[in-house]
Amino acid sequence: MPRTVRDVVFVDGVRTPFGKAGPKGIYHETRADDLVVKAIRELLRRNPGLEPKQIDEVAIAATTQIGDQGLTLGRTAGILAGLPQSVPGYSIDRMCAGALTAVTSVAGSIAFGAYDAVIAGGVEHMGRHPMGEGVDPNPRFVSEKLVDESALFMGMTAENLHDRYPTITKQRADEYAVRSQEKAAKAYANGKIQQDLVPVSVRRTNPEAGETGWGLVTADEPMRPGTSLESLAGLKTPFRVHGRVTAGNAAGLNDGATASIIASEDFARENNLPVKMRLVSYAFAGVEPEVMGYGPIPATEKALAKAGLSIEDINLFEINEAFAVQVLAFLEHYGIADDDARVNQYGGAIAYGHPLASSGVRLMTQLARQFEEQPEVRYGLTTMCVGFGMGATVIWENPHHKDAGGDK
Amino acid sequence: MSTAELLKGAAELFPDEVVTSAHVRHLDLPFGAGRFALITLDNGFDHTKPTTFGPASLANLDAAIDQVSKEAAAGEIVGVGITGKPFIFAVGADLKGVELLKEHKDALAIGKGGHEVFKRLSGIGVPTFAYYNGAAMGGGVEVGLHCEYRTVSKAIAAFSLPEVFLGLVPGWGGCTILPNLIGADKAVSVIIENSLNQNKQLKGQQVLDLGIADALFEGADFLEQSLIWTAQVLKGDVEVERPVIDRGEAWDQAVARGRFVADSKVHGAAPAAYRALDIIAAAKNGDLQQGYDAEDVALADLIMGGELRSGIYAFNLVQKRGKRPAGAPDKSLARPVTKVGVVGAGLMASQLALLFLRRLEVPVVLTDIDQERVDKGVGYVHAEIEKLLGKGRINQDKANRLKALVSGVLDKAEGFSDADFIIEAVFEEIGVKQQVFAEVEAVAPAHAILATNTSSLSVTEMASKLKNPERVVGFHFFNPVAILPLLEIVRGEQTDDASLATAFGVAKKLKKTAVLVKDAPAFVVNRILTRFMGEIQNVIDEGTSVEVAEKAVEPLGLPMSPLVLLELVGPAIGLHVSETLNRSFPERFTVSPNLAAVVKAGKRGFYVYDSGKPELDPEVAAILKQGDVVLTEEQVRERVLDAVAQEIGLMLDEGVVAEAQDIDLCLITGAGWPFHLGGITPYLDREGVSERVNGKKFLAPGVASVPA
Repeated sequence: MPRTVRDVVFVDGVRTPFGKAGPKGIYHETRADDLVVKAIRELLRRNPGLEPKQIDEVAIAATTQIGDQGLTLGRTAGILAGLPQSVPGYSIDRMCAGALTAVTSVAGSIAFGAYDAVIAGGVEHMGRHPMGEGVDPNPRFVSEKLVDESALFMGMTAENLHDRYPTITKQRADEYAVRSQEKAAKAYANGKIQQDLVPVSVRRTNPEAGETGWGLVTADEPMRPGTSLESLAGLKTPFRVHGRVTAGNAAGLNDGATASIIASEDFARENNLPVKMRLVSYAFAGVEPEVMGYGPIPATEKALAKAGLSIEDINLFEINEAFAVQVLAFLEHYGIADDDARVNQYGGAIAYGHPLASSGVRLMTQLARQFEEQPEVRYGLTTMCVGFGMGATVIWENPHHKDAGGDK
Repeated sequence: MSTAELLKGAAELFPDEVVTSAHVRHLDLPFGAGRFALITLDNGFDHTKPTTFGPASLANLDAAIDQVSKEAAAGEIVGVGITGKPFIFAVGADLKGVELLKEHKDALAIGKGGHEVFKRLSGIGVPTFAYYNGAAMGGGVEVGLHCEYRTVSKAIAAFSLPEVFLGLVPGWGGCTILPNLIGADKAVSVIIENSLNQNKQLKGQQVLDLGIADALFEGADFLEQSLIWTAQVLKGDVEVERPVIDRGEAWDQAVARGRFVADSKVHGAAPAAYRALDIIAAAKNGDLQQGYDAEDVALADLIMGGELRSGIYAFNLVQKRGKRPAGAPDKSLARPVTKVGVVGAGLMASQLALLFLRRLEVPVVLTDIDQERVDKGVGYVHAEIEKLLGKGRINQDKANRLKALVSGVLDKAEGFSDADFIIEAVFEEIGVKQQVFAEVEAVAPAHAILATNTSSLSVTEMASKLKNPERVVGFHFFNPVAILPLLEIVRGEQTDDASLATAFGVAKKLKKTAVLVKDAPAFVVNRILTRFMGEIQNVIDEGTSVEVAEKAVEPLGLPMSPLVLLELVGPAIGLHVSETLNRSFPERFTVSPNLAAVVKAGKRGFYVYDSGKPELDPEVAAILKQGDVVLTEEQVRERVLDAVAQEIGLMLDEGVVAEAQDIDLCLITGAGWPFHLGGITPYLDREGVSERVNGKKFLAPGVASVPA
């Protein structure tokens, strides 16, 4: 039977505000599945053109798929969100790139013709599920030296990446972090972020954590506007004595959820759904697990090659700031300045937080807003590093660009 | 006296209150609508212990309102909301605290305390919002009524003003505010009609449709959407429209309708509905404070009255004692029941088969003496399953499952060889029953329970000829089996604990209210009803008119008059039971020659309904042979109540049940006797009948009355 590959578009994306993991965090008494449910419901409210029964799949990522992140979250969250029972769902895991992989997996299926419209997103409640919860690494990793022992500790892999790029100093990383906080504060002041946040009601019963009773979360908790180089300079380097990676130049431990609607372009247009970004290509790549922050570079090489584009064609970048060094390594590799205006215009995970498997869709939602504002930009990319030595990149076309949809 | 002092005094009377906190938390509303204070009512327990209001809880809410009032005055907040812990908003006054009250002034303080705190919510100086997130009853609903705006969740499990059901009035603003908010007619439906209709609950959609709530949101993000809506209201993006209330004739008609409903349910015998209607009637002028004052007085009067105490007593019997039967053996002794046998395939047997099937979901086998009867029995069950399917009560899969589980056979050996519980519902004749049990014992496993649905025969005698009489229990249902909750579980002389525990386990799965009863003639309900009816019949036979005899017991507010009940039971069955009891207790139970004559004439009752109302059937009137002793209604009532009090006293002496509480539980759940009588013994106590007849009350002071 003849097939035609179909164009895939990013229709819309929302997220919960991100919280700080831990007993005093805003989501400490909130379930992870409830965070996903609120995001899905907000998406549906914002897009009344999409009838819930038309949704072909719910793909939700989580790194630690146990407890309230287990039980095939894509399915259970769909039911909890009030989707018809006829809508199926599944769970996905590629650690930090979970939501990104949810998007690319369903995008592949849409292009193939298996789906028309899908919900893809992710969640990580690192307070309820600390990194490494329940893991049981095979002893052969160490005995056969398959990976370096530092590979399981993300902070150590970031220090290793500093070793690979000796010119990326702690000073440069801190300067990058300060800019991320500044850009995020500015984006908030200009209302760029809030428009894609769903308010979440949160309960608190522990008076040590603050006022008790029900509250409403409408903003990201981790942000530290006004962060200065001086304040960062004195922070400890917990992953290595005299190291470079600190809590200030890395994303924290966070709770949050994201969700997006991914559809075939034809379906979106027929149903008057917005088309915010058009998928161009995507790629994943593996690197040595102990320098996992290097991953975005080969992943981007692959994605560019598949798209027939070069890095010069990309004029907006959303790079996940798991660590400042990982962004800087990417920029250094491509000869882009640390403070290039095309990179993370609204700031990044150092300011907003990085609830592992949810972050990919945050990058896309922010890139989509930048596309709207900058129709002169034709191509952008979202990229992130992934634990155990991987990188993930998606290249998007701006449908608002005058040449969008045409040949390059 | 200040509110704080008032509540402090009240709190001292109720040291064991489960105290509800009123947490104040601040948040930023969406759309930059401003800083908002949200009060969460939470007693610190999970949803299995719903949040209630006692005096210390009210004081906590009062303190929270102090705080937000100051913030409002300082311009720090733009609004105040109030909501509950997960699944529960608040379920009203703590009845345990009400039970403890001994003085009218203390009862008055509870009413005033609630009013003084709640009404502050309408005077904070910024708009107030109630978010009914979960179960809201009584004072819980009322605290929200004092707010300016309300939202309700589609997911609420319960929403009602159940006060009249218990014997109170919605006295923290409900009677006054509700008719002024939604109109008198709808208020009467909520406060009177639903309450007297087995405490019917409203769904979220109905709360919206009635106009009690201004907006309805789904449970999944109810609070978020409520707060977004709040922001829109505060910014003027959403305008809340309220209906214009008809304060003309419609108001009076609504109150009149309420009185009609009350009359048809309690026949003037319980004051609560009428007190509520008086307040609703007076609320027509829109004077809230006048209404609150009237509520305070009504509450205090009712709290000090016997009907409320009986109502709370009855409520607790059904909710607590009914779920933990007195005298039942340890449930760990119970054996599993994986297959049920039913001897007989007549109507009663078929109804039992259906009940076991639906609740236990195990194979159920019917047997009878010929294939035609067996087929008819199974056919009945199949038809009932189809009806349930048609009504959407079960789905096709469940219907298939249930139909596959029921079968009928002629050969008991084939049907019962692996059954764990076999119940007989054959003809009420001891010889027949003994024969049936002997046949069953020959083929059933050694552990199988043999249960009898007899209403009047001796369980001990029925078991006496068996090899294993210890496994026989009485399992006496009440008609209609699917509706009346009572199940009298009869312990024969030789019944062992394991068999009894199994019977109670089955009863629980059947969702019946099980009461342990000694093997005594006619057990509990039939014995009391027969004595009661017998005395009515006696005075008629002696010469009092049927009309006077019937009217004499109207002030009790029973669900139906004695002769209408007789008609429902069937005069022949009534006669049969009276004959049985007459054999056991000839000095107290008579067999009425008039009743015998009516039965002999083939009449189905005493009344004809040609005019729409019951009137004495002229053919019955022609049969009746009466004496010349004509009593007044009062004299009749005294004789009847004396007889009932005497019979209950003797039953307790005989140890038919553990306590008077079990008698009342049986009458409430097996005969539908009303809450305001507390079954019957609280009423007999408060009317002085118990002391007159037995020299003492049935219940200690405070059990179903104002404590000493």
